[in-house]
Amino acid sequence: MREELLAIIEKNSRIDLKELAVILGVQEIDVVNEMQALQDEGVICGYHTLINWEKTSLDKVTALIEVRVTPQRGQGFDNVAERIYKYPEVRSVYLISGGFDLMVILEGKTLREVSSFVSDKLAPLEPVLSTATHFILKKYKDHGTIFMQKPEDEREMITP
Amino acid sequence: MRNPLADKIVEIKPSGIRKFFDIVSEMKDAISLGVGEPDFDTPWHIRDEGIYSLEKGRTFYTSNAGLKELRQEICNYMKRKYDIGYDWAKEVLITVGGSEAIDIGLRAMINPGEEVLIPQPSYVSYEPCAILAGAKPVIINLKEENDFRLTAAELEEAITDKTKILILPFPNNPTGAIMERKDLEAIAEVIIKHDIFVMSDEIYAELSYKEKHVSIASLPGMQERTIVINGFSKAYAMTGWRLGYACGPAEVIAQMTKIHQFAIMCAPTTSQYAAVEALKNGDGDIEEMRLAYNQRRRYLMNAFREMGLECFEPYGAFYVFPCIKEFGMTSEEFATRFLEEEKVAVVPGTAFGDCGEGYLRISYAYSLENLKVAIGRLERFVKKLRAEK
Repeated sequence: MREELLAIIEKNSRIDLKELAVILGVQEIDVVNEMQALQDEGVICGYHTLINWEKTSLDKVTALIEVRVTPQRGQGFDNVAERIYKYPEVRSVYLISGGFDLMVILEGKTLREVSSFVSDKLAPLEPVLSTATHFILKKYKDHGTIFMQKPEDEREMITP
Repeated sequence: MRNPLADKIVEIKPSGIRKFFDIVSEMKDAISLGVGEPDFDTPWHIRDEGIYSLEKGRTFYTSNAGLKELRQEICNYMKRKYDIGYDWAKEVLITVGGSEAIDIGLRAMINPGEEVLIPQPSYVSYEPCAILAGAKPVIINLKEENDFRLTAAELEEAITDKTKILILPFPNNPTGAIMERKDLEAIAEVIIKHDIFVMSDEIYAELSYKEKHVSIASLPGMQERTIVINGFSKAYAMTGWRLGYACGPAEVIAQMTKIHQFAIMCAPTTSQYAAVEALKNGDGDIEEMRLAYNQRRRYLMNAFREMGLECFEPYGAFYVFPCIKEFGMTSEEFATRFLEEEKVAVVPGTAFGDCGEGYLRISYAYSLENLKVAIGRLERFVKKLRAEK
């Protein structure tokens, strides 16, 4: 049940527990216990809402920053990653295989705000060798969801 | 002027589902729970393979029986999933949907006047196809008390010395009933005793929610007397690609191939290339869709329980078949009023045979959100009917 439950709430965290129990074919109390266990174990780390900010009046700029760093003895990349992810404007930090080391996703109000973060805070960090900043122009799909009007049911009437 | 029409065709009744769809298509904001095809798009990697085949210019006919690679993959699939071994060169035919396989299978096997046993409620094509093939269709009325399974006693009772083929439509459209191994073993014994053949329509095989589907062809002594019909429409959400297949004894497949080559030539090439990809890498997609259907199935069964609507638990396909006998109206009256008053289209059980009277077919090839809206309306309607009484 665990993986099936996670797959459902990953797409819809607002589903109510009773309904969740029904569609999983288990008792509601089992769902409650399992959700609690998943939170305690840190499998479920939060419940977020997927927002298409482009449709709001709020201005937001998102940037992907490729960061090359020198790993530190005994710490690898963890220390420098922590230095970076502690900044609240940093949304995500991933360790990446390939041409660079850390992928930092940053959100700011303006281009200037993002670029000053890179030049004032990120680039001066001692282990950071280089950065490359890419601004996101348009989000087509995020977290498996396509940011477009839902298409109509296109199935035509057919018999048998 | 002379009558241009063939009496045999004119006498065949049009499908009973049609009428409702005509009303729905003219009604604004009606919700349909009538559709018999998956709501999912074909998985992208399968579509991509179809597109790639077009890019590569694979736009010629394939061989009559179908692409060699596809027939080989079908044999792998039949072995992997149902433990039946087929010779790809002689025992597999790729058809335009499972429907074509039903038609030409009957035509290849029936002599005039021979009887075809058709358990009902079931898919609406068997009876007309049997008639077109010159057979006498003999209906077996399945019962809810048996969970709409076919029992050995019912089968035994219907067999005469003219009986040639039993059509075995499980997992079943419209009831959602399945046949488990023990049910099939009982049937197989009767089949072998009377030396008749089985056309096993397993198009919904992958949509089995209790245990893995068992094909009757995998039982001892049955492979040589069974035509298995399957296809890509339901399992891989590939209805529009029009691709199915039949596996069976070489002598039958050879004659089916003859009809197919003269009437159709070969199944669409693009679809065949896409289907190879589906069989090679599509097991995960099937599982994902099966999970979603099963969640909806549980949701509906629970909703029926809560509104006190009787419904046996179906373990296959994507239909539920609730009983509406408590309201004292025919299926058609119920469905008509439900459509007019609540704007929800369901199919009356009688569209699938007379013994479907008192039942409705509700498809759950719709998203949970859609189902919730429709079920809300059903609940309101049921309350209203009970208040009227």
